[in-house]
Amino acid sequence: MKIKVIVTPKNGVLDPQGKAIQQTLNNMNFIDVNEVRQGKYFEIETELKDENDAKKNVEDMCKKLLANLVIEDYKIL
Amino acid sequence: MKSSVIIFPGSNCDRDMDVALKKFGFKNKMVWHNDNIIPKSDLVVLPGGFSYGDYLRCGSIAAKSNIINSVIEFANKGGLVIGICNGFQILIETGLVTGALLRNKYLKFICKNIFVKANKSQNKYFNKIKKDILELHIAHNDGNYFCSEDDLKIMEDNDQIAVRYCDINGEISVNSNPNGSIKNIAGVFNIKKNILGMMPHPERVIDNYLSSNDGSYFFENLLSNMK
Repeated sequence: MKIKVIVTPKNGVLDPQGKAIQQTLNNMNFIDVNEVRQGKYFEIETELKDENDAKKNVEDMCKKLLANLVIEDYKIL
Repeated sequence: MKSSVIIFPGSNCDRDMDVALKKFGFKNKMVWHNDNIIPKSDLVVLPGGFSYGDYLRCGSIAAKSNIINSVIEFANKGGLVIGICNGFQILIETGLVTGALLRNKYLKFICKNIFVKANKSQNKYFNKIKKDILELHIAHNDGNYFCSEDDLKIMEDNDQIAVRYCDINGEISVNSNPNGSIKNIAGVFNIKKNILGMMPHPERVIDNYLSSNDGSYFFENLLSNMK
């Protein structure tokens, strides 16, 4: 089974990469863009058969490794 | 005094640190990250570099390596632990010190000498250093210190801010902040002040031939407190 996770910078945490992307988009005439936040996307293949078990396990992974909860939020899709 | 420098795949300041520690009289051993036990030590150093290629987040993979449990145990017993640059990022990822280190505000790798003001109160790292302003070296891409307002208040109340970026006259301002760190923070202590994490490299400035000699004060002071 494949579990998908996205990790994004928390609101209020400076995201200099997102800011640079936003400015570049604005310079490319995408003038409607007010903000970009850059995150990470993971696809995790697990041997677990039960979706709830697998998601619970991935949540543990997020807390222990995949996200730094001081600056990032995670979302299991 | 005995010290251990931990080597991770991608560490690149481990030998500089070894040279510096030996120069000031430490008996230093190099310890591989895959080992489980630290040799008997009075000081453990996590050196600078790019452990595991900075994959995922700087320091995050190294923070789960075999040797780290021994480092945490050593630190929790009150042992002196220093993390410099990537070593600071690893300390952050282990949770031994508070906060996070984000990408530099202006997205540039910064490699230059900077000035810092050190906290001299009740810690073994800076307490008796005669100079108020130290010229040290920084070389990093992710040194932009961040923590929540609540954590910042706790750390300020406990006097845990170890080092702050300043200018040559000691003024701490936006202009002397190279990377966007909140409150110009360049390094922090844990609550007991036996653990120091900081971005500047004292081991790179231990001789006037190396553009500054101010790192020498750091090592001399630390050693004098350990005797």
